[in-house]
Amino acid sequence: MSKLTKAEEEAQKNETVLRTTELDPKFKYEISKLPGAEKVNVCFQCGTCTADCPIARFDDFYRPRKLIRMTQLGLKERLLSDDVIWLCSTCFTCIDHCPQDVGIASIVRALRNLTVAHGHMPAGYVAQVSNILKTGYAYIISDMRLKKRQQKGLPPPPKANLKNIAKLFDITGFSKALEKVET
Amino acid sequence: MADLKYLFFLGCAIPYRLPSYEVSSRKVLQKLGVELVEMPEFNCCGFPLDPVNHDMMLTLAARNLYLAEQQNLEVMTLCNGCFGILNHVNKELKADKNVREKVNDYLREIGMEAKGTAVVKHLIHVLANDVGFEKIKAAATNQLDKLRVVQHSGCHVNRPKEYIGLEDPENPTILKKLIEATGAKCLNYLDEPECCGAPILGVNEQIPLQLTREKLGHVKAVGAQAMITVCPYCHIMYDLNQPRIERAFNEKYGIPVLHYPQLLGMSMGIPPEELALGDLRVNAAEVASICSQ
Repeated sequence: MSKLTKAEEEAQKNETVLRTTELDPKFKYEISKLPGAEKVNVCFQCGTCTADCPIARFDDFYRPRKLIRMTQLGLKERLLSDDVIWLCSTCFTCIDHCPQDVGIASIVRALRNLTVAHGHMPAGYVAQVSNILKTGYAYIISDMRLKKRQQKGLPPPPKANLKNIAKLFDITGFSKALEKVET
Repeated sequence: MADLKYLFFLGCAIPYRLPSYEVSSRKVLQKLGVELVEMPEFNCCGFPLDPVNHDMMLTLAARNLYLAEQQNLEVMTLCNGCFGILNHVNKELKADKNVREKVNDYLREIGMEAKGTAVVKHLIHVLANDVGFEKIKAAATNQLDKLRVVQHSGCHVNRPKEYIGLEDPENPTILKKLIEATGAKCLNYLDEPECCGAPILGVNEQIPLQLTREKLGHVKAVGAQAMITVCPYCHIMYDLNQPRIERAFNEKYGIPVLHYPQLLGMSMGIPPEELALGDLRVNAAEVASICSQ
């Protein structure tokens, strides 16, 4: 093995060493109040979720078991700033296979929701949210596509009630959370 | 028997990208005596909002469900994502008083209240359980017995099992039986229930493309002449992105990916043009010609 430079050594140390000052012991209780994340503390780290996760097979960093352990330990800052939580494809295999019925994918969702509440949201989601507000759909269906539908003999797609949607964004507090999101 | 009637939930991906799925579904259902009722006030099912705000997802889904409750008709979706979310939220509204109260506190502001009494079905449930295999087999007069295909049901039509429970997600058979009803042979292949990866396409393209590539390899290995899907997102991965995968990995697959109603339609003697077979990215002319033999 080649010798590590000082900077590399430092980086490795930062990655592997867990500092107790970094841990937020209340985090596991905070997260377990969110819907779907109630059972975060019954995970006994068997690793079935990671073994059966299709994403984990193709990514070196996405490990559901590790995310749950980090949550239990209270590594809040690391979790909420780590883009890896956005890699879950919500296939729900982990939910179906977990022997403790922990609901892994729902905990990942809770971590994502919390990250958004802290002002970070991936660009792809920013676009979809804005489309839903503008049109009621996750995508903007162009006039050309609408015309093509007509030519194929299809009826116009449902026209959502945009006033309703805007109001729901406001009263659920989602509009306010969106204002905090850095784009 | 009275004709079957459903409130049609179209969703976003189909009008945006895949009118072929809608065209073929409408055609086939009409021939089978299934009536679809349009609901002009429907909005996005809520699925894209779940990762960013769970409450907002619940509320948007519940708004759709309220509209369905008012119509007193069962909801039918073509999209796995819409089915998964609407079915899940509907059951949660019914079973969990806390969720119901929270959601309705929001909905009351726009004059609505969802009780969770709707019934949400996916196209394959309507075909298999309501129309029934007998009627489908009787309508499939042009048996496609020269064709060998594989199924890909997708995830959200079966998982989480707790909320659906209509078949074993590890070994899904509803679509398989529907395929066999057309006369086509449905082959087994490695990792059949594996996810297509589409939901993270907006965040990371490499992982979904690799997942899709792996599955195309398994499908090719068993010598299937086509792949059959029942979800617009899965279809986008295997059909629209197939040429991209071929370029990126310097491989050739050439596997046509058909929406199930396209296959069923051909077995019912509907001409391929009327089933929008020409809309598919991977050329399906050969499949159509095998079907017309």
